[in-house]
Amino acid sequence: RSGRSPRRVSKALREGRVSATDLCRKCLQRIRETHYLNAYISVTEELAMQQAERRRKLRLLRGYTFMWEPRGILDGVPFSVKDNFCTQGVETTCASLMLKGYTPPFNATVVQKLLDQGAVLLGKTNLDEFAMGSGSTDSSFGPVRNPWSEAVTGGRSSTELGSDWAIAGGSSGGSAAAVASLSCYLSLGSDTGGSTRNPGALCGVVALKPTYGVLSRHGLIPLVNSMDVPGILTRRVCDAAIVLDILRGPDERDSTTVPSPALDCALTEELDLTRITVGIPQVTDWFQDAGQEVVVSSALAGTAGGLPSDLFPWR
Amino acid sequence: MAAASAGFICNVNVPKPVVIKLFSLNHVIKRRLSTSVTRCQSHCPQMVGVVGLEVHAQINSTSKLFSGSQVSFSSPPNSRVSYFDASLPGTLPVLNRRCVEAAVMTGLALNCTINMKSLFDRKHYFYADMPAGYQITQQRLPIAVSGLLIYSHLGGPKRNQVISKSIRIKQIQLEQDSGKSLHDEHQSQTLIDLNRAGVGLMELVMEPDMSCGEEAAAAVRELQLILQALGTCQGNMSEGQLRVDANVSVHRPGEPLGVRTEVKNINSIRHLARAIDHEIQRQMELLEQGGVVQNETRAFDQKTGLTIPMRDKEGLQDYRFMPEPNLPPLLLYVSGRVPAGLDPSQVVLVDRVKALLPELPGVRRERLVEEYGILPEHSYTLVNEDGLADYFETVVKATKAEPRKVIGWVVKELLSNLNQQNLKVNQSLVAARALAELLDLLETGHVSSTAAKVVFQELWKNPEKGAEKIIQEQNLGLMSDAATLQIICQKVVESHPEEVDIPKNVIVLNKLMGQVQKETKGRADPVQVRAILQELTSS
Repeated sequence: RSGRSPRRVSKALREGRVSATDLCRKCLQRIRETHYLNAYISVTEELAMQQAERRRKLRLLRGYTFMWEPRGILDGVPFSVKDNFCTQGVETTCASLMLKGYTPPFNATVVQKLLDQGAVLLGKTNLDEFAMGSGSTDSSFGPVRNPWSEAVTGGRSSTELGSDWAIAGGSSGGSAAAVASLSCYLSLGSDTGGSTRNPGALCGVVALKPTYGVLSRHGLIPLVNSMDVPGILTRRVCDAAIVLDILRGPDERDSTTVPSPALDCALTEELDLTRITVGIPQVTDWFQDAGQEVVVSSALAGTAGGLPSDLFPWR
Repeated sequence: MAAASAGFICNVNVPKPVVIKLFSLNHVIKRRLSTSVTRCQSHCPQMVGVVGLEVHAQINSTSKLFSGSQVSFSSPPNSRVSYFDASLPGTLPVLNRRCVEAAVMTGLALNCTINMKSLFDRKHYFYADMPAGYQITQQRLPIAVSGLLIYSHLGGPKRNQVISKSIRIKQIQLEQDSGKSLHDEHQSQTLIDLNRAGVGLMELVMEPDMSCGEEAAAAVRELQLILQALGTCQGNMSEGQLRVDANVSVHRPGEPLGVRTEVKNINSIRHLARAIDHEIQRQMELLEQGGVVQNETRAFDQKTGLTIPMRDKEGLQDYRFMPEPNLPPLLLYVSGRVPAGLDPSQVVLVDRVKALLPELPGVRRERLVEEYGILPEHSYTLVNEDGLADYFETVVKATKAEPRKVIGWVVKELLSNLNQQNLKVNQSLVAARALAELLDLLETGHVSSTAAKVVFQELWKNPEKGAEKIIQEQNLGLMSDAATLQIICQKVVESHPEEVDIPKNVIVLNKLMGQVQKETKGRADPVQVRAILQELTSS
């Protein structure tokens, strides 16, 4: 299905098999369906449809002359952004009452880069207040629920989750939940001490924390200036690589950015399992101390058992 | 009485009555001398004042230190404020290259060691005109350290000796200016204007090497001239481009320094001298009466000439200094040793800045003396007045008259006219060329020196007329016809028979000459007249 990957859907958009407005509408519908996850603080329905309409019109106009060039690989692709990134004209709260009603007059550099690609902004995702947290449980707008909660709570109807739910992780829980619940193709989070990787792991999506200085922090409302980075959440590793390449680069408005080399490898979508090597930490006391030994080791055993044995020489 | 007790403490071994008498007399005399040079002498002969200055100089740049908004004096309120200046969340500082060059140039001009690596810090405190809640400054490692400000002032009994002194400069650092608060007492509100927030400042911290208001005033004047010559700061104290706070204490030489107070709200050099001298006196009197000097901040009230304590400082502030995480260390380079791959627009070369240093005031004074053979105190005056040295040099180049003759006209006639009407040199009603013309006429003998002075005043009133025209109109041309002069001299001698009896008396001769000049309205050729009179009186 083209629904999973920005790259695939981008191809579909380019070939005209699906229109930007249809795609946007479907994603907005999905957001409504999964509203109980509380992944979004603001949903910019009107703005998103406007952007999508513009992309669709341009595609149509130029498509007739066979001269249409997509603005970029993400042209027409819907995305969401954690609510600690400044978005021009769109309320930016950092999940706090302190900034409730604050509308920045400028876009964060990384947000602007995505918009320059022609991507469509669906809304701002929920987080721990000012990114201070690792569970997305401390937001002034309510906690974020993990889309995989039913796996923990035991098979309940997916349209309702009562008081029994699993955390999404944080502080970029809303972004991770949005990507995991298929309401957008990629999301921007932020990472200071794991705030992108942690919810990525808990929600089962790809989460990338770039090296400090590779992506611009201009417009990212800071938690720890010397450690914050914008984070990338997608459903496939190759997609994360594409987005990283788009977003990286020195920004004159951020004096802590540095030039970085272009990614000179193309990551494939299809994974040849016979050629991979899996690394698993051998220090199991760490898991023991955390009290998760049984769950982790049984999961490991289960996974390892299902794969060819020559991949695990240590066993 | 206070003096007497001080006398007792100071000189234990001297017979009491004599000491007390002397001291009380001194006390009385000093009380009466309020504006003389001897302000530098201490109240009690043993105590001296110790003065250190903290100068904030606004950098003369187009945009602010960390943002692109414009620097301009008197724009509509809040019209020069960028997102960063307003401290909108998510904005970051970006260092202004021109400000760095200005700081380096100022450091080099003041003989400082330039730190090739310097760091930025945050200084936290809360005030409405500083939205970020912190000021970015350079506390740990500033851009320049260990300099020397060499200044001179006119001293000596006739105030015509150029005395050279120096102050050690502890450091020069780059920092942000804050916005302005306008307190509206009437409506109980404070209005904030952020136009000035974020403008680049150079803070010059000086060691307490001065002892009185006059020295401080001369030092600040010299600093003003240097900064103006460099172009790094316009140095206008009344517009707030140069702000000076004084740290004042008193002690006895050899003993540890006394408790210091900080004096603020000084907006002219004259007030600076007054404020410091008053504060020194206040502290000395306080100590003599057995009081204790508080470590406090005092504001100078220019109406009364007194310093008054400013409302609270809440004890010692903890500024919670921390490194500014959004700015990497500031690295400076020297030509030829720049690492490869650096964008040239991001590189400041210290040697290039040094090569751009203009002629500094001290050097200019010396050059004027050497090149034109004028007196040091005249050179001092020329450099001290804005534009006067340029005026002088223009006149010299345009006239045949010798510089030593020109200087008199510039320093006396021109300057006194300007001062009378409170005009600046560039507002002078007699342009340099016009004066040069007049001096040429004087040189070639078309007019006497006395008449020339009259012509000058006429030129001042009617600048559109040339010197020649005025001479013609008012008939001020030199009278050099021997016959006419002979007749006039004869007349004068005959009407003053009593003087003539005293032969070869210079004073008499001068008096007679004065009479002749009066008769001729100053037009007579003094050389001829003198000769004629001498002849007449000796016979």
